[in-house]
Amino acid sequence: MKTLKNHLGLITSLVIVILIAIAPIVSGNAASREVVFTILRAIVLASSLNILLGYTGYVSFGHIVFFGFGGYVGFYLITAQGQSLWVAMLAGGLVSGLLAYLLGKAILRLRGAYFALATIGVNEAVRAFINNFEPFGGPTGMTMNFSVYQEYGGAMKALEMSFYIMLVLALLVIVLSYVVRTSKFGLGLLAIREDEDAAEVMGVVAPDAKTWAFVLSAIFPGMVGALFFFKNGSVEPLDAFPLHTSIEMIVMVMLGGQGTVLGPILGAAGYQRMRGLLVTSPIFKNIQLAVSGGLLLLIVLFVPAGVIGWARQRWPKLRRVLQ
Amino acid sequence: MMILQVQGVSKNFGGLQALSNVTFDLPEGQILGLIGPNGAGKTTLFNVINGVYTPSEGRVIFRGKDVTGQKTYHMAHAGMARTHQIVKPLNDLTVMENVMVGACFGRESHNLKKARQIAEEVLDFVGLAERAEQLAGSLNVGQKKRLEMARALASHPYLLLLDEVLAGLNPSEIAHMVDIVRRIREQGITIIMIEHVMHAIMNVSDRILVLDYGQQIAEGSPEEISQNPKVIEAYLGDPKLAERLMEGGE
Repeated sequence: MKTLKNHLGLITSLVIVILIAIAPIVSGNAASREVVFTILRAIVLASSLNILLGYTGYVSFGHIVFFGFGGYVGFYLITAQGQSLWVAMLAGGLVSGLLAYLLGKAILRLRGAYFALATIGVNEAVRAFINNFEPFGGPTGMTMNFSVYQEYGGAMKALEMSFYIMLVLALLVIVLSYVVRTSKFGLGLLAIREDEDAAEVMGVVAPDAKTWAFVLSAIFPGMVGALFFFKNGSVEPLDAFPLHTSIEMIVMVMLGGQGTVLGPILGAAGYQRMRGLLVTSPIFKNIQLAVSGGLLLLIVLFVPAGVIGWARQRWPKLRRVLQ
Repeated sequence: MMILQVQGVSKNFGGLQALSNVTFDLPEGQILGLIGPNGAGKTTLFNVINGVYTPSEGRVIFRGKDVTGQKTYHMAHAGMARTHQIVKPLNDLTVMENVMVGACFGRESHNLKKARQIAEEVLDFVGLAERAEQLAGSLNVGQKKRLEMARALASHPYLLLLDEVLAGLNPSEIAHMVDIVRRIREQGITIIMIEHVMHAIMNVSDRILVLDYGQQIAEGSPEEISQNPKVIEAYLGDPKLAERLMEGGE
Protein backbone atom coordinates (compact mmCIF):
# COMPACT_ATOMS: atom_id res chain seq x y z
CA MET A 1 0.00 0.00 0.00
CA LYS A 2 2.81 2.35 0.87
CA THR A 3 4.61 1.68 -2.40
CA LEU A 4 1.36 2.38 -4.27
CA LYS A 5 1.12 5.71 -2.53
CA ASN A 6 4.71 6.55 -3.41
CA HIS A 7 3.94 6.09 -7.07
CA LEU A 8 0.66 8.00 -7.12
CA GLY A 9 1.94 10.18 -9.95
CA LEU A 10 2.56 7.15 -12.17
CA ILE A 11 -0.79 5.59 -11.36
CA THR A 12 -2.65 8.81 -12.12
CA SER A 13 -0.93 9.04 -15.51
CA LEU A 14 -1.61 5.41 -16.43
CA VAL A 15 -5.26 5.65 -15.37
CA ILE A 16 -5.75 8.77 -17.48
CA VAL A 17 -4.35 7.05 -20.58
CA ILE A 18 -6.61 4.05 -20.00
CA LEU A 19 -9.60 6.36 -19.56
CA ILE A 20 -8.76 8.03 -22.87
CA ALA A 21 -8.62 4.64 -24.56
CA ILE A 22 -11.63 3.04 -22.93
CA ALA A 23 -14.47 4.45 -25.08
CA PRO A 24 -13.62 2.66 -28.34
CA ILE A 25 -12.72 -0.51 -26.43
CA VAL A 26 -16.17 -0.62 -24.87
CA SER A 27 -18.19 0.57 -27.84
CA GLY A 28 -16.15 -1.20 -30.52
CA ASN A 29 -16.75 1.83 -32.73
CA ALA A 30 -14.05 1.83 -35.44
CA ALA A 31 -14.22 5.57 -36.12
CA SER A 32 -13.71 6.53 -32.50
CA ARG A 33 -10.93 3.94 -32.33
CA GLU A 34 -9.12 5.74 -35.14
CA VAL A 35 -9.42 9.04 -33.32
CA VAL A 36 -8.04 7.55 -30.11
CA PHE A 37 -5.27 5.85 -32.09
CA THR A 38 -3.96 9.23 -33.22
CA ILE A 39 -4.26 10.55 -29.66
CA LEU A 40 -2.25 7.63 -28.32
CA ARG A 41 0.34 8.16 -31.03
CA ALA A 42 0.58 11.80 -29.99
CA ILE A 43 0.98 10.75 -26.34
CA VAL A 44 3.89 8.45 -27.18
CA LEU A 45 5.61 11.08 -29.32
CA ALA A 46 5.07 13.92 -26.84
CA SER A 47 6.09 11.87 -23.80
CA SER A 48 9.24 10.74 -25.60
CA LEU A 49 10.16 14.25 -26.65
CA ASN A 50 9.55 15.36 -23.07
CA ILE A 51 12.53 13.29 -21.88
CA LEU A 52 14.77 15.54 -23.96
CA LEU A 53 12.80 18.79 -23.98
CA GLY A 54 11.22 18.72 -20.54
CA TYR A 55 13.79 16.89 -18.44
CA THR A 56 17.05 17.80 -20.15
CA GLY A 57 16.07 21.22 -21.52
CA TYR A 58 17.17 20.63 -25.11
CA VAL A 59 14.71 21.62 -27.83
CA SER A 60 14.61 19.16 -30.72
CA PHE A 61 12.78 20.66 -33.67
CA GLY A 62 13.33 17.60 -35.81
CA HIS A 63 12.23 14.88 -33.44
CA ILE A 64 9.87 13.41 -36.02
CA VAL A 65 12.99 12.10 -37.79
CA PHE A 66 13.02 9.16 -35.38
CA PHE A 67 9.40 8.35 -36.16
CA GLY A 68 10.07 8.46 -39.89
CA PHE A 69 13.36 6.61 -39.82
CA GLY A 70 12.07 3.83 -37.56
CA GLY A 71 8.94 3.68 -39.70
CA TYR A 72 10.91 3.28 -42.90
CA VAL A 73 13.19 0.60 -41.53
CA GLY A 74 10.25 -1.30 -40.05
CA PHE A 75 8.24 -1.02 -43.25
CA TYR A 76 11.17 -2.23 -45.31
CA LEU A 77 11.65 -5.25 -43.05
CA ILE A 78 7.97 -6.20 -43.36
CA THR A 79 7.55 -5.69 -47.11
CA ALA A 80 10.96 -6.54 -48.53
CA GLN A 81 12.25 -9.01 -45.95
CA GLY A 82 8.98 -10.66 -44.95
CA GLN A 83 9.60 -10.02 -41.25
CA SER A 84 6.81 -9.84 -38.69
CA LEU A 85 5.46 -6.61 -37.21
CA TRP A 86 7.19 -7.45 -33.94
CA VAL A 87 10.62 -7.65 -35.52
CA ALA A 88 9.85 -4.47 -37.45
CA MET A 89 8.89 -2.54 -34.33
CA LEU A 90 11.89 -3.76 -32.41
CA ALA A 91 14.19 -2.85 -35.30
CA GLY A 92 12.47 0.52 -35.74
CA GLY A 93 13.09 1.35 -32.10
CA LEU A 94 16.68 0.14 -32.22
CA VAL A 95 17.72 1.99 -35.37
CA SER A 96 16.14 5.20 -34.11
CA GLY A 97 17.95 4.78 -30.80
CA LEU A 98 21.20 4.15 -32.65
CA LEU A 99 20.67 7.19 -34.88
CA ALA A 100 20.07 9.28 -31.76
CA TYR A 101 23.21 7.91 -30.16
CA LEU A 102 25.38 8.86 -33.13
CA LEU A 103 23.68 12.24 -33.50
CA GLY A 104 24.01 12.85 -29.80
CA LYS A 105 27.75 12.36 -29.96
CA ALA A 106 27.90 14.85 -32.82
CA ILE A 107 25.41 17.63 -32.08
CA LEU A 108 24.61 17.51 -28.36
CA ARG A 109 27.74 19.54 -27.67
CA LEU A 110 25.79 22.42 -29.20
CA ARG A 111 23.68 24.40 -26.81
CA GLY A 112 20.40 26.25 -27.03
CA ALA A 113 19.38 27.56 -30.44
CA TYR A 114 22.32 25.89 -32.20
CA PHE A 115 21.19 22.45 -31.14
CA ALA A 116 17.61 23.22 -32.20
CA LEU A 117 18.80 24.32 -35.63
CA ALA A 118 20.97 21.24 -36.01
CA THR A 119 17.98 18.97 -35.34
CA ILE A 120 16.02 20.62 -38.15
CA GLY A 121 19.00 20.03 -40.40
CA VAL A 122 19.13 16.37 -39.42
CA ASN A 123 15.45 15.84 -40.21
CA GLU A 124 15.82 17.45 -43.63
CA ALA A 125 19.03 15.56 -44.36
CA VAL A 126 17.50 12.18 -43.52
CA ARG A 127 14.44 12.98 -45.63
CA ALA A 128 16.62 14.02 -48.58
CA PHE A 129 18.65 10.84 -48.19
CA ILE A 130 15.56 8.60 -48.16
CA ASN A 131 14.13 10.54 -51.10
CA ASN A 132 17.10 9.33 -53.10
CA PHE A 133 17.51 5.88 -51.58
CA GLU A 134 16.16 3.38 -54.10
CA PRO A 135 15.80 0.36 -51.77
CA PHE A 136 13.29 2.44 -49.79
CA GLY A 137 11.44 3.43 -52.95
CA GLY A 138 12.90 6.90 -53.37
CA PRO A 139 10.44 9.80 -53.61
CA THR A 140 7.38 7.58 -54.16
CA GLY A 141 8.05 5.44 -51.10
CA MET A 142 6.79 1.90 -50.61
CA THR A 143 3.40 0.23 -50.42
CA MET A 144 2.40 -2.91 -48.63
CA ASN A 145 0.74 -5.89 -50.22
CA PHE A 146 -2.59 -6.54 -48.52
CA SER A 147 -1.68 -10.17 -48.06
CA VAL A 148 0.72 -9.11 -45.30
CA TYR A 149 -2.30 -8.56 -43.06
CA GLN A 150 -3.42 -12.19 -43.53
CA GLU A 151 -0.86 -13.24 -40.98
CA TYR A 152 -2.71 -11.12 -38.40
CA GLY A 153 -6.21 -12.35 -39.27
CA GLY A 154 -6.99 -9.93 -42.07
CA ALA A 155 -6.91 -6.17 -42.48
CA MET A 156 -9.73 -5.49 -40.01
CA LYS A 157 -8.07 -7.51 -37.28
CA ALA A 158 -4.69 -5.95 -38.01
CA LEU A 159 -6.14 -2.45 -37.59
CA GLU A 160 -7.73 -3.39 -34.31
CA MET A 161 -4.56 -5.03 -33.11
CA SER A 162 -2.55 -1.92 -34.01
CA PHE A 163 -4.76 0.07 -31.68
CA TYR A 164 -4.04 -2.22 -28.75
CA ILE A 165 -0.33 -2.24 -29.48
CA MET A 166 -0.35 1.54 -29.55
CA LEU A 167 -2.10 1.55 -26.18
CA VAL A 168 0.58 -0.75 -24.75
CA LEU A 169 3.32 1.48 -26.19
CA ALA A 170 1.66 4.53 -24.62
CA LEU A 171 1.54 2.83 -21.22
CA LEU A 172 5.16 1.70 -21.55
CA VAL A 173 6.42 5.13 -22.54
CA ILE A 174 4.71 6.60 -19.49
CA VAL A 175 6.39 4.07 -17.23
CA LEU A 176 9.71 4.97 -18.88
CA SER A 177 9.01 8.68 -18.49
CA TYR A 178 8.15 8.20 -14.82
CA VAL A 179 11.14 5.98 -14.08
CA VAL A 180 13.49 8.50 -15.70
CA ARG A 181 11.83 11.41 -13.88
CA THR A 182 12.24 9.80 -10.46
CA SER A 183 15.67 8.21 -10.95
CA LYS A 184 19.16 9.44 -10.18
CA PHE A 185 19.77 9.62 -13.93
CA GLY A 186 16.72 11.89 -14.19
CA LEU A 187 17.99 14.13 -11.39
CA GLY A 188 21.15 14.57 -13.44
CA LEU A 189 19.07 15.53 -16.48
CA LEU A 190 17.07 18.08 -14.49
CA ALA A 191 20.32 19.55 -13.18
CA ILE A 192 21.58 19.88 -16.77
CA ARG A 193 18.32 21.59 -17.73
CA GLU A 194 18.68 24.13 -14.95
CA ASP A 195 22.37 24.91 -15.39
CA GLU A 196 24.62 22.62 -17.37
CA ASP A 197 27.88 24.16 -16.11
CA ALA A 198 26.84 23.95 -12.48
CA ALA A 199 25.68 20.36 -13.01
CA GLU A 200 29.08 19.40 -14.42
CA VAL A 201 30.89 21.08 -11.53
CA MET A 202 28.82 18.89 -9.21
CA GLY A 203 29.93 15.82 -11.15
CA VAL A 204 27.13 15.18 -13.65
CA VAL A 205 28.79 13.80 -16.78
CA ALA A 206 26.64 15.92 -19.05
CA PRO A 207 27.80 14.63 -22.45
CA ASP A 208 26.89 11.04 -21.52
CA ALA A 209 23.65 11.92 -19.74
CA LYS A 210 22.43 14.05 -22.65
CA THR A 211 23.26 11.35 -25.18
CA TRP A 212 21.31 8.72 -23.26
CA ALA A 213 18.37 11.08 -22.80
CA PHE A 214 18.38 11.59 -26.56
CA VAL A 215 18.50 7.84 -27.16
CA LEU A 216 15.63 7.17 -24.74
CA SER A 217 13.57 9.90 -26.39
CA ALA A 218 14.11 8.32 -29.83
CA ILE A 219 13.33 4.64 -29.22
CA PHE A 220 9.55 4.83 -28.80
CA PRO A 221 9.02 7.18 -31.76
CA GLY A 222 10.91 4.63 -33.87
CA MET A 223 8.64 1.80 -32.70
CA VAL A 224 5.54 3.90 -33.23
CA GLY A 225 6.75 4.73 -36.75
CA ALA A 226 7.02 1.05 -37.61
CA LEU A 227 3.54 0.38 -36.22
CA PHE A 228 1.98 3.44 -37.81
CA PHE A 229 3.17 2.70 -41.34
CA PHE A 230 2.31 -0.98 -40.99
CA LYS A 231 -1.23 0.10 -40.26
CA ASN A 232 -1.10 2.81 -42.92
CA GLY A 233 -0.08 0.35 -45.64
CA SER A 234 2.26 2.78 -47.35
CA VAL A 235 5.12 5.08 -46.52
CA GLU A 236 6.59 8.04 -48.36
CA PRO A 237 9.09 10.74 -47.39
CA LEU A 238 6.56 13.55 -46.92
CA ASP A 239 4.44 11.43 -44.54
CA ALA A 240 7.42 10.14 -42.62
CA PHE A 241 9.29 13.38 -41.95
CA PRO A 242 6.74 16.20 -41.65
CA LEU A 243 8.58 19.03 -39.95
CA HIS A 244 5.33 20.60 -38.75
CA THR A 245 4.56 17.48 -36.71
CA SER A 246 7.84 18.05 -34.84
CA ILE A 247 6.59 21.48 -33.94
CA GLU A 248 3.18 20.14 -32.96
CA MET A 249 4.97 17.73 -30.61
CA ILE A 250 6.67 20.69 -28.95
CA VAL A 251 3.31 22.46 -28.61
CA MET A 252 1.82 19.37 -26.94
CA VAL A 253 4.66 19.12 -24.42
CA MET A 254 4.56 22.84 -23.64
CA LEU A 255 0.76 22.91 -23.42
CA GLY A 256 0.54 20.11 -20.87
CA GLY A 257 3.66 21.00 -18.94
CA GLN A 258 7.25 20.25 -19.85
CA GLY A 259 9.26 18.23 -17.39
CA THR A 260 6.25 16.47 -15.88
CA VAL A 261 5.01 12.96 -16.60
CA LEU A 262 1.34 13.83 -16.85
CA GLY A 263 1.77 17.08 -18.80
CA PRO A 264 2.64 15.66 -22.21
CA ILE A 265 -0.25 13.17 -21.89
CA LEU A 266 -2.81 15.89 -21.32
CA GLY A 267 -1.10 18.18 -23.81
CA ALA A 268 -1.16 15.51 -26.51
CA ALA A 269 -4.77 14.55 -25.85
CA GLY A 270 -5.93 18.16 -25.65
CA TYR A 271 -4.01 19.30 -28.69
CA GLN A 272 -5.12 16.34 -30.78
CA ARG A 273 -8.76 16.96 -29.83
CA MET A 274 -8.44 20.62 -30.74
CA ARG A 275 -6.75 19.75 -34.01
CA GLY A 276 -9.57 17.35 -34.83
CA LEU A 277 -12.14 20.09 -34.30
CA LEU A 278 -10.15 22.63 -36.30
CA VAL A 279 -9.54 20.41 -39.33
CA THR A 280 -13.24 19.65 -39.62
CA SER A 281 -14.34 23.25 -39.13
CA PRO A 282 -14.88 25.16 -42.39
CA ILE A 283 -13.27 28.34 -41.04
CA PHE A 284 -10.14 26.86 -39.51
CA LYS A 285 -9.40 23.83 -41.64
CA ASN A 286 -6.79 25.67 -43.73
CA ILE A 287 -5.18 27.64 -40.95
CA GLN A 288 -5.06 24.86 -38.40
CA LEU A 289 -1.26 25.16 -38.05
CA ALA A 290 -1.48 28.90 -37.58
CA VAL A 291 -3.69 28.24 -34.59
CA SER A 292 -1.04 25.88 -33.15
CA GLY A 293 1.60 28.54 -33.67
CA GLY A 294 -0.55 31.11 -31.90
CA LEU A 295 -1.21 28.65 -29.11
CA LEU A 296 2.52 28.03 -28.64
CA LEU A 297 3.10 31.77 -28.45
CA LEU A 298 0.41 32.19 -25.80
CA ILE A 299 1.78 29.31 -23.72
CA VAL A 300 5.33 30.59 -23.81
CA LEU A 301 4.18 34.08 -22.87
CA PHE A 302 1.64 33.33 -20.18
CA VAL A 303 1.92 29.76 -18.87
CA PRO A 304 5.49 28.67 -19.65
CA ALA A 305 5.14 25.81 -17.18
CA GLY A 306 2.10 24.39 -19.01
CA VAL A 307 -1.17 23.23 -17.47
CA ILE A 308 0.36 20.74 -15.06
CA GLY A 309 3.26 23.00 -14.14
CA TRP A 310 0.79 25.76 -13.39
CA ALA A 311 -1.41 23.47 -11.32
CA ARG A 312 1.60 22.25 -9.35
CA GLN A 313 2.52 25.82 -8.47
CA ARG A 314 -1.06 26.74 -7.70
CA TRP A 315 -1.84 23.73 -5.51
CA PRO A 316 1.39 22.39 -3.97
CA LYS A 317 -0.64 19.73 -2.14
CA LEU A 318 -1.46 18.05 -5.44
CA ARG A 319 2.21 17.55 -6.36
CA ARG A 320 2.17 13.90 -5.37
CA VAL A 321 -0.65 13.20 -7.80
CA LEU A 322 0.39 15.56 -10.60
CA GLN A 323 3.89 14.47 -11.47
CA MET B 1 50.80 15.40 2.57
CA MET B 2 50.15 17.96 -0.17
CA ILE B 3 46.57 17.78 -1.32
CA LEU B 4 47.07 20.26 -4.13
CA GLN B 5 50.14 21.40 -6.03
CA VAL B 6 49.90 24.20 -8.55
CA GLN B 7 53.07 24.37 -10.62
CA GLY B 8 53.90 27.29 -12.88
CA VAL B 9 50.33 27.82 -14.01
CA SER B 10 49.69 30.50 -16.63
CA LYS B 11 46.49 31.30 -18.47
CA ASN B 12 45.98 33.77 -21.24
CA PHE B 13 42.84 34.74 -23.11
CA GLY B 14 44.02 36.10 -26.43
CA GLY B 15 46.39 38.87 -25.48
CA LEU B 16 45.28 39.08 -21.87
CA GLN B 17 47.56 37.36 -19.39
CA ALA B 18 45.07 36.40 -16.66
CA LEU B 19 47.54 34.27 -14.68
CA SER B 20 51.28 34.08 -14.98
CA ASN B 21 53.42 31.43 -13.41
CA VAL B 22 51.41 30.79 -10.24
CA THR B 23 53.02 28.17 -8.02
CA PHE B 24 52.00 26.95 -4.58
CA ASP B 25 51.54 23.81 -2.52
CA LEU B 26 48.60 23.26 -0.22
CA PRO B 27 48.96 20.83 2.70
CA GLU B 28 45.96 18.78 3.73
CA GLY B 29 43.67 20.30 6.36
CA GLN B 30 44.67 23.95 5.88
CA ILE B 31 42.65 26.96 4.90
CA LEU B 32 44.34 28.98 2.17
CA GLY B 33 43.02 32.49 1.63
CA LEU B 34 43.25 33.90 -1.87
CA ILE B 35 43.09 37.67 -2.03
CA GLY B 36 43.80 40.42 -4.50
CA PRO B 37 42.13 43.38 -6.17
CA ASN B 38 39.27 42.89 -8.61
CA GLY B 39 40.45 41.34 -11.86
CA ALA B 40 43.59 39.92 -10.26
CA GLY B 41 42.83 36.42 -11.58
CA LYS B 42 41.49 34.75 -8.44
CA THR B 43 38.42 33.20 -10.01
CA THR B 44 40.46 32.30 -13.09
CA LEU B 45 42.81 30.38 -10.81
CA PHE B 46 39.80 28.50 -9.37
CA ASN B 47 38.61 27.78 -12.88
CA VAL B 48 41.99 26.34 -13.80
CA ILE B 49 42.17 24.26 -10.62
CA ASN B 50 38.72 22.70 -11.01
CA GLY B 51 38.86 22.15 -14.75
CA VAL B 52 36.68 24.90 -16.20
CA TYR B 53 39.78 26.10 -18.08
CA THR B 54 42.85 24.21 -19.21
CA PRO B 55 45.94 26.21 -18.23
CA SER B 56 48.05 27.61 -21.07
CA GLU B 57 51.13 26.44 -19.21
CA GLY B 58 51.89 24.58 -16.01
CA ARG B 59 50.40 21.67 -14.13
CA VAL B 60 47.80 21.05 -11.45
CA ILE B 61 48.37 18.05 -9.22
CA PHE B 62 45.52 16.91 -6.97
CA ARG B 63 46.17 14.23 -4.36
CA GLY B 64 49.32 13.15 -6.15
CA LYS B 65 47.72 12.84 -9.58
CA ASP B 66 48.28 15.18 -12.51
CA VAL B 67 44.79 16.49 -13.31
CA THR B 68 45.77 19.27 -15.72
CA GLY B 69 43.09 19.70 -18.38
CA GLN B 70 40.58 17.31 -16.81
CA LYS B 71 36.88 18.20 -17.05
CA THR B 72 34.99 19.69 -14.12
CA TYR B 73 33.06 16.46 -13.56
CA HIS B 74 36.30 14.48 -13.36
CA MET B 75 37.44 16.88 -10.66
CA ALA B 76 34.16 16.45 -8.82
CA HIS B 77 34.55 12.66 -8.92
CA ALA B 78 38.14 13.01 -7.67
CA GLY B 79 36.89 14.89 -4.59
CA MET B 80 37.01 18.58 -5.42
CA ALA B 81 33.97 20.79 -4.89
CA ARG B 82 33.42 24.50 -5.37
CA THR B 83 30.97 27.32 -4.95
CA HIS B 84 30.44 30.10 -7.47
CA GLN B 85 30.93 33.79 -6.94
CA ILE B 86 27.80 34.39 -8.97
CA VAL B 87 25.51 31.77 -7.47
CA LYS B 88 24.20 29.08 -9.80
CA PRO B 89 21.15 27.57 -8.13
CA LEU B 90 19.13 24.99 -10.04
CA ASN B 91 16.12 27.29 -9.82
CA ASP B 92 13.23 24.99 -10.63
CA LEU B 93 14.44 22.20 -8.37
CA THR B 94 13.88 22.19 -4.63
CA VAL B 95 16.65 23.07 -2.22
CA MET B 96 16.73 19.40 -1.25
CA GLU B 97 17.11 18.26 -4.86
CA ASN B 98 19.89 20.79 -5.44
CA VAL B 99 21.89 19.32 -2.60
CA MET B 100 21.08 15.75 -3.63
CA VAL B 101 22.73 16.43 -7.00
CA GLY B 102 25.97 17.10 -5.14
CA ALA B 103 25.69 13.87 -3.16
CA CYS B 104 24.57 11.74 -6.13
CA PHE B 105 27.19 12.79 -8.64
CA GLY B 106 30.13 13.85 -6.51
CA ARG B 107 32.98 11.79 -5.15
CA GLU B 108 30.92 9.16 -3.37
CA SER B 109 28.26 8.76 -6.08
CA HIS B 110 25.38 7.84 -3.79
CA ASN B 111 21.95 6.51 -4.72
CA LEU B 112 18.91 8.74 -4.22
CA LYS B 113 17.98 7.37 -0.82
CA LYS B 114 21.42 7.84 0.73
CA ALA B 115 21.77 11.19 -1.05
CA ARG B 116 18.58 12.44 0.58
CA GLN B 117 19.92 11.45 3.98
CA ILE B 118 23.21 13.29 3.36
CA ALA B 119 21.36 16.30 1.99
CA GLU B 120 19.27 16.47 5.16
CA GLU B 121 22.41 16.47 7.30
CA VAL B 122 24.14 19.09 5.20
CA LEU B 123 21.09 21.36 5.02
CA ASP B 124 20.83 21.16 8.76
CA PHE B 125 24.52 22.04 9.01
CA VAL B 126 24.25 25.21 6.90
CA GLY B 127 20.91 26.16 8.43
CA LEU B 128 18.62 25.63 5.46
CA ALA B 129 16.74 22.61 6.78
CA GLU B 130 13.39 24.35 7.01
CA ARG B 131 13.70 25.50 3.39
CA ALA B 132 14.34 22.00 2.01
CA GLU B 133 11.12 21.69 0.02
CA GLN B 134 11.17 25.25 -1.31
CA LEU B 135 12.29 25.93 -4.89
CA ALA B 136 15.90 27.10 -4.99
CA GLY B 137 14.91 30.08 -7.14
CA SER B 138 12.84 31.48 -4.28
CA LEU B 139 15.77 31.84 -1.85
CA ASN B 140 17.41 35.18 -1.08
CA VAL B 141 21.08 35.87 -1.84
CA GLY B 142 22.39 34.81 1.56
CA GLN B 143 20.43 31.58 1.42
CA LYS B 144 21.61 30.90 -2.12
CA LYS B 145 25.21 31.24 -0.95
CA ARG B 146 24.54 28.71 1.78
CA LEU B 147 22.88 26.47 -0.80
CA GLU B 148 26.05 26.61 -2.93
CA MET B 149 27.98 25.62 0.16
CA ALA B 150 25.58 22.79 0.97
CA ARG B 151 25.76 21.34 -2.55
CA ALA B 152 29.54 21.37 -2.42
CA LEU B 153 29.64 19.77 1.02
CA ALA B 154 27.16 17.05 0.09
CA SER B 155 29.77 15.45 -2.14
CA HIS B 156 32.03 15.00 0.92
CA PRO B 157 34.98 16.57 -0.91
CA TYR B 158 38.65 16.47 0.05
CA LEU B 159 39.16 20.01 -1.20
CA LEU B 160 36.62 22.80 -1.18
CA LEU B 161 36.99 25.95 -3.27
CA LEU B 162 34.93 28.82 -1.88
CA ASP B 163 34.52 31.79 -4.22
CA GLU B 164 33.41 34.87 -2.25
CA VAL B 165 30.86 33.15 -0.06
CA LEU B 166 30.73 36.25 2.16
CA ALA B 167 30.11 38.82 -0.58
CA GLY B 168 26.72 40.48 -0.35
CA LEU B 169 25.98 39.13 3.12
CA ASN B 170 25.08 41.28 6.11
CA PRO B 171 27.31 41.22 9.24
CA SER B 172 25.29 38.57 11.07
CA GLU B 173 25.19 36.37 7.98
CA ILE B 174 28.97 36.81 7.63
CA ALA B 175 29.51 35.69 11.22
CA HIS B 176 27.30 32.65 10.57
CA MET B 177 29.17 31.77 7.37
CA VAL B 178 32.62 32.17 8.97
CA ASP B 179 31.48 29.81 11.69
CA ILE B 180 30.39 27.31 9.04
CA VAL B 181 33.78 27.56 7.33
CA ARG B 182 35.57 26.87 10.62
CA ARG B 183 33.40 23.84 11.30
CA ILE B 184 34.05 22.49 7.81
CA ARG B 185 37.76 22.67 8.46
CA GLU B 186 37.26 20.81 11.72
CA GLN B 187 35.86 17.95 9.63
CA GLY B 188 39.27 17.72 7.95
CA ILE B 189 38.29 19.29 4.64
CA THR B 190 40.97 21.44 3.03
CA ILE B 191 39.72 24.84 1.86
CA ILE B 192 40.84 27.54 -0.54
CA MET B 193 38.75 30.66 -0.20
CA ILE B 194 38.61 33.81 -2.27
CA GLU B 195 37.41 36.71 -0.18
CA HIS B 196 37.26 40.48 -0.06
CA VAL B 197 36.04 40.70 3.51
CA MET B 198 39.51 41.18 5.05
CA HIS B 199 38.86 40.73 8.73
CA ALA B 200 37.12 37.45 8.02
CA ILE B 201 39.77 35.97 5.76
CA MET B 202 42.62 37.13 8.00
CA ASN B 203 40.86 35.39 10.87
CA VAL B 204 40.16 31.99 9.37
CA SER B 205 43.10 31.45 6.99
CA ASP B 206 46.25 29.54 7.91
CA ARG B 207 48.06 31.03 4.97
CA ILE B 208 47.30 33.70 2.42
CA LEU B 209 48.23 34.03 -1.23
CA VAL B 210 47.98 37.41 -2.92
CA LEU B 211 47.40 37.84 -6.64
CA ASP B 212 47.70 41.10 -8.56
CA TYR B 213 47.36 41.31 -12.35
CA GLY B 214 47.71 37.54 -12.55
CA GLN B 215 51.00 37.61 -10.66
CA GLN B 216 51.55 35.94 -7.35
CA ILE B 217 52.93 38.89 -5.37
CA ALA B 218 53.05 37.45 -1.86
CA GLU B 219 52.43 34.32 0.17
CA GLY B 220 52.57 33.84 3.93
CA SER B 221 50.76 33.88 7.23
CA PRO B 222 48.01 36.50 7.71
CA GLU B 223 50.42 38.57 9.90
CA GLU B 224 53.16 38.54 7.28
CA ILE B 225 50.74 39.48 4.55
CA SER B 226 49.29 42.41 6.43
CA GLN B 227 52.81 43.86 6.85
CA ASN B 228 53.94 43.18 3.29
CA PRO B 229 54.60 46.49 1.41
CA LYS B 230 53.82 44.93 -1.98
CA VAL B 231 50.39 43.90 -0.74
CA ILE B 232 49.70 47.29 0.75
CA GLU B 233 50.73 48.83 -2.55
CA ALA B 234 48.44 46.59 -4.54
CA TYR B 235 45.52 47.45 -2.33
CA LEU B 236 46.18 51.06 -1.39
CA GLY B 237 48.51 52.23 -4.13
CA ASP B 238 52.17 53.15 -3.52
CA PRO B 239 52.81 53.45 0.27
CA LYS B 240 55.83 55.68 -0.35
CA LEU B 241 53.85 57.92 -2.65
CA ALA B 242 52.34 59.98 0.14
CA GLU B 243 55.73 60.35 1.75
CA ARG B 244 57.38 61.48 -1.49
CA LEU B 245 54.61 63.94 -2.22
CA MET B 246 55.11 65.47 1.21
CA GLU B 247 58.85 65.78 0.59
CA GLY B 248 58.33 67.29 -2.86
CA GLY B 249 56.02 69.90 -1.39
CA GLU B 250 58.65 71.32 0.88
